[in-house]
Amino acid sequence: MIGTGGSGASGPAGNLPSRLQAPSRRYGEKAIQAVLALCGILSVLTTTAIVISLVGPTIGFFEVVPIGDFLFGTDWTPQFEPPSFGVLAIVAGTLNVTLWAMLFAIPIGLGSAIYLSEYATPRVRRTLKPTLEILAGIPTVAIGFFAVTFILPQVIQPLWPGDLFGGAVGKPFIALAAGLGIGLMVVPIIASISEDAMSAVPRGLREGAYAMGATRMEVSTKVVFPAALSGIVASIVLAISRALGETMIVVLAAGSTPNFTLNPVEAIQAMTSYIAVTATGDIPAGSISYKSVFAVGTLLFLITLAMNVVSIRLVRKYREVYE
Amino acid sequence: MAEPGVAAPRSRLAVAGARATTRATLSNQPRSDVIRNVIFAALLLLAILIALAGLIALLVQAFVKGAPALSPDLFTNGPSRIRPESAGFRPAILGSLELIAGVIAFVVPVGVGAALYLEEYADKTRWWNRLIEVNIQNLAAVPSIIYGILGLGFIVRGPLDLGFVLAAGSLTLALLVLPMVIIAAREAIRAVPDSIRQGSLALGATKWQTIRRQVLPASVPGILTGIILAVSRALGEAAPLLLVGAAAFVTFDPQPLGSDRYSALPVQIYNYATQPQEEFRALAAAGIIVMLVVLLAMNSVAIWLRNRYEQRW
Repeated sequence: MIGTGGSGASGPAGNLPSRLQAPSRRYGEKAIQAVLALCGILSVLTTTAIVISLVGPTIGFFEVVPIGDFLFGTDWTPQFEPPSFGVLAIVAGTLNVTLWAMLFAIPIGLGSAIYLSEYATPRVRRTLKPTLEILAGIPTVAIGFFAVTFILPQVIQPLWPGDLFGGAVGKPFIALAAGLGIGLMVVPIIASISEDAMSAVPRGLREGAYAMGATRMEVSTKVVFPAALSGIVASIVLAISRALGETMIVVLAAGSTPNFTLNPVEAIQAMTSYIAVTATGDIPAGSISYKSVFAVGTLLFLITLAMNVVSIRLVRKYREVYE
Repeated sequence: MAEPGVAAPRSRLAVAGARATTRATLSNQPRSDVIRNVIFAALLLLAILIALAGLIALLVQAFVKGAPALSPDLFTNGPSRIRPESAGFRPAILGSLELIAGVIAFVVPVGVGAALYLEEYADKTRWWNRLIEVNIQNLAAVPSIIYGILGLGFIVRGPLDLGFVLAAGSLTLALLVLPMVIIAAREAIRAVPDSIRQGSLALGATKWQTIRRQVLPASVPGILTGIILAVSRALGEAAPLLLVGAAAFVTFDPQPLGSDRYSALPVQIYNYATQPQEEFRALAAAGIIVMLVVLLAMNSVAIWLRNRYEQRW
């Protein structure tokens, strides 16, 4: 195979097989390599297609709506005459839901991870971890349904203290219900990835601490937790980016009322639910609301992309390599 | 507990009490430390129990709400806006099956091909190969609704211009789960030890013969597991389909390319769930039961495959 490293055939044993090949004239082999490379390139084309499909209508949108009004306005009323496109109203909706989701998921997820990694017996861990991961495989429309038919009427409304922030009773949609639903969805992400990171901490570190007289709690919080921090932070960043992009739970449980607030017991509209509600059905291509969907999509895409880059960087920068 | 079957509960309690007393007197741990440790362990246990309680409540709630509406009619009747007692999921279930067939047809060759290229052919020092790799990592984290926008702006309209047909939905879902398949397939291929490749090459096989007859068969269980998990993700995904033409009250059976509009199980569930009447909510819960049972079956197959055929070298 005339591969990229085809001529260096004299490498030491254990080198990549591609370097062991002698040059060959088999054109079939080359054709196969080309076809496989095409499959890889297709994934890059997907990204290109995402960018192409976002950019055109977004530019069209900003020809009508000034970019400053979009980014810094707090009124999102696309259906009014004249319409107002202040995206902060629905960005606040997304942040509102994400905030409560994380306040629920981070302690629960990290607690579960520490329990599984430091306290549970191997047998308990072998059953509990996959059970928890079932949650990650449940379709979000089912979690959204659960949020609106159980979390809201059976958990939040009975437990919410009276009229705090306006009270929860009698409201069909509130941000907190969607937040808890999303929190439940991302708990296995945080628990599973953090547990992997904690289990990868070498035994020697723990045994050293125990030998110095540390208690199990001290070993967990002062030795294992810091040693696994990069994995833990990466799991949280991943969970946040999942929460920002979640659609069905927000649509079902948090309503579609743009609301510039972080109040957990108000109905809100998130960026994703605006996209889902507006682009459903027969919205005429080229209209301003059609273009607004793409503008919001561009913003969401950029936010999640930035978070993803941050998480990859974090892992790379702070990864502690143990043998 | 040494032999829990032998000791009667009372003597077991006595043993536990004696042991705790001994430990407390002999231990040089300060009392506050012991208490703090117990509280900490209890909090950890509470955290995982809350997560598990959420899972159990979710499943029980779906069954309690959906049980009255569970009947064979779910599979034979079409949707209805006004008569929940005779409404069902027939076009939605058929639509989901056709969508999934399309996803598999696209994702298996392309995903495995890309994984083979990255693992077996790509020179990791070249920038374009690193670009492909980083790109796949990033694609895996793009929210599903963005794939819906891609489907709307690129597949339904724009360059491909397929219209709101089932094939557009299928292609959108396929692109959504493609990174998952590539990542899983790469891991499976990477797990095949180099000595097997070198043995094959030393016997005179060409590179493709080696891949085709040694690497692929050895990595099939891992690849299949990845494909099943990706397909179950595609099956439950509703958000992107909302944008590419999946609609609620489609009363006819779907055609891949012919008819405008189609339906899918999660989209139908979403639509029933947003209806105000309690009967429609029961219908939504029944749909969720059907979907969860199918997903559970698929995941069990994936786990069984992994345990049955997993090889360790």
